[in-house]
Amino acid sequence: MVLKVFFPSCCASAESGILIGRWISEQNSAVILAVVHFPFIPVQVKQYLSEVQQVTKVSISVLGSWSNSKQEKEESLSEFLEDLGTIFSHEPWIQISKEGDSKFWSCSTLQKHSNNPKEEEIILIYYDQRKVMLSHLHPPLDIASSTDHRAEDASKLSAIFDTVAKSKIVFMTDRYDDGPIKLTHWQSDGVEASIIVELMKQASVPACMLLTFLLSLVSGVCRSRVLKFWPLSFLWSKLSTCEQLGHRLQHLQVISSNRKAQNQGQLMRKANIFVSLLIDVALGMLLMSWLYRKNRIGHLADTLIPVADHVAEELQDLLQWLMGAPAGLKMNKALDQVLGRFFLYHIHLWISYIHLMSPFIEMILWYVGLSACLGLTVALCILSDIIALLTFHIYCFYVYGARLYCLKIYGLSSLWRLFRGKKWNVLRQRVDSCSYDLDQLFIGTLLFTILLFLLPTTALYYLVFTLLRLLVVIVQGLIHLLVDLIDSLPLYSILLRLCRSYRLAAGVKFRVLDQQDGKPLRLLMQINPLSYGSVVQTYRLPTYSCYPKDSWTSLCKKLFLGELIYPWKHKGEKQD
Amino acid sequence: ERWYRSASGAPIALRRRQHSASCRQLAVRCPRLRLRSLSAATSAAWLAAYGLFLLTQNSTVLSAAIIITLIGLIIYLHFVKIDEESLLVIGSLGIQMTSCYASGKESTTFIEMSQVQDVVINEAIHMQKVIYYLCILLQDPGNPQGVSEVVPLFQSSKPRLDCLIEVYKSCQEILEQRKMVPQSS
Repeated sequence: MVLKVFFPSCCASAESGILIGRWISEQNSAVILAVVHFPFIPVQVKQYLSEVQQVTKVSISVLGSWSNSKQEKEESLSEFLEDLGTIFSHEPWIQISKEGDSKFWSCSTLQKHSNNPKEEEIILIYYDQRKVMLSHLHPPLDIASSTDHRAEDASKLSAIFDTVAKSKIVFMTDRYDDGPIKLTHWQSDGVEASIIVELMKQASVPACMLLTFLLSLVSGVCRSRVLKFWPLSFLWSKLSTCEQLGHRLQHLQVISSNRKAQNQGQLMRKANIFVSLLIDVALGMLLMSWLYRKNRIGHLADTLIPVADHVAEELQDLLQWLMGAPAGLKMNKALDQVLGRFFLYHIHLWISYIHLMSPFIEMILWYVGLSACLGLTVALCILSDIIALLTFHIYCFYVYGARLYCLKIYGLSSLWRLFRGKKWNVLRQRVDSCSYDLDQLFIGTLLFTILLFLLPTTALYYLVFTLLRLLVVIVQGLIHLLVDLIDSLPLYSILLRLCRSYRLAAGVKFRVLDQQDGKPLRLLMQINPLSYGSVVQTYRLPTYSCYPKDSWTSLCKKLFLGELIYPWKHKGEKQD
Repeated sequence: ERWYRSASGAPIALRRRQHSASCRQLAVRCPRLRLRSLSAATSAAWLAAYGLFLLTQNSTVLSAAIIITLIGLIIYLHFVKIDEESLLVIGSLGIQMTSCYASGKESTTFIEMSQVQDVVINEAIHMQKVIYYLCILLQDPGNPQGVSEVVPLFQSSKPRLDCLIEVYKSCQEILEQRKMVPQSS
């Protein structure tokens, strides 16, 4: 079988020594982690390896010998290296030798206990140790979702990535240490660390504790009994600002918990939440600084009342049009006047209330605008709530129109059944035949005719107000979509993919290097980064809103029957 | 290097390299972007923009046309036009497919040998034609005889059957080596 040797590219210029690493016998491959230089005492090497094995749980052993001779190959050295094979017994004993500055190394194996006399082919694969150690291999999404116990089927490459990642302790000793063993690996020129990162790690512990304390205070206040009385709790559940604030509070709790992240997924989640909060607050501060400059809040408050007035006037014009002959259709005059005057009076009441509040609008807006410092998402939610409050009369009209229309449709359908001599059996949930008396039939037919001829008027009012309500719902929906986008986008992962693309690996790619006859095949293994789409899909943060479960046909059916529609529901609300 | 034809009649070149006994690289080169077609498309777009400008007397139409042409060209070169597709088969490691785009971008996919069940030539209905294509069958982890996925190769160059047979024979020679292995050890 073919023998694969994974050689770190940083050891290509190392002095002669022996190779330590892991031998994966199922794949017939050797992953070399470091080179131990002469002079060494074999007993100390074995002791060191067993210590490392205990800590990392990776079966590291001595795999072979490496000779880097600047001059001609020395016979005594090659015999010495073969004798080493008897001290550290390993099957097979790999011997790699490099002459001068040649790119082409010769590789051979010594097998004592094999009955296969044929020379097996050797493939030499170079890999960048630091990048493989830091990267995280993502399995394809369909495999990740099915959780069978297929440990033995796990990707062969993940075994190699695992070996290098778990052997961090081997890379901690550099050549300035005074130990008995001298190693060469990617960090042997000196272990690097960043002062800023260390300082932040030290500062984060007290910061987390302070944040946890503050959050427990805030959540204690929120859960207090005072806020649970009926009108207030109903208000909190309807306002989307409170949902968003609760969501962000949850995020803060995740960040400030002092449990260390268990695995890669949790670490990325924490980092994503942190960056998302930071960007949110930064954008919110930007918005706030823009709003409070040049008295824009004052201008906004000044234009709010005229806009509300304008909307009310437009509605009044619309109702006058409906009370006349809208689009050339002939309405039932009496019903038309009744409905039209009812809605006009409603608008008049609404305008009076708005004018009552107008002196306080600027002050309310000023204080509400301060909450934009909590984040851009909070500001957008407040905007959506303000739109909902300002168009509350449209919502009322829609409910009135829908209820009237719904009643009419139910009446019509039931009387139509009576017309044909049938009845709805509530017990059996089906239509049964029924024999009616003559006077029942007479009144039923009369009522049916009345309802039928009044249908166009009611239907037209219902249509107009449903369209207005749908318009408002679409605007609110767009704002919520934007809020969701900011909430769920994994910005840290995207930045990581942009700047350090080797940390998120979808797989590997091989490049064939120059070959020479008689020498082993040389390949370079590089990391294939994850595509942006997969990054977003894997690391998306969960949000609290669920998109409408109704399909288009059920939505149309509800509209036709006059049932009230609530297209944007939040998780946690009871679904009727 | 040998010349063949693609499914639509364009000339393509197949280059085979053997790096070692168990490593082979097969590269199919598609016809490059011709200067003729590029200048024809650009002049058509700009003539249309100039015609619109004469109608509307709005100079932003011209600048919009320039920007759209440039962006469209960059998107075409970077995401659509494939110059070369190559297949690297390394026995005992896996199969790697690389597509080189006209802007220099290379997109690579590597499939490990344990996941590969076989490499076969299949038929497919593409638009109004029936064409042959080479594909890799991936093994179903639960069922050793089953196929979980079919990965088509050379999708943009679409070589004809004669070229596909050459590639198929090369791949099968290496794949057979891994079947011989359990008997020799």
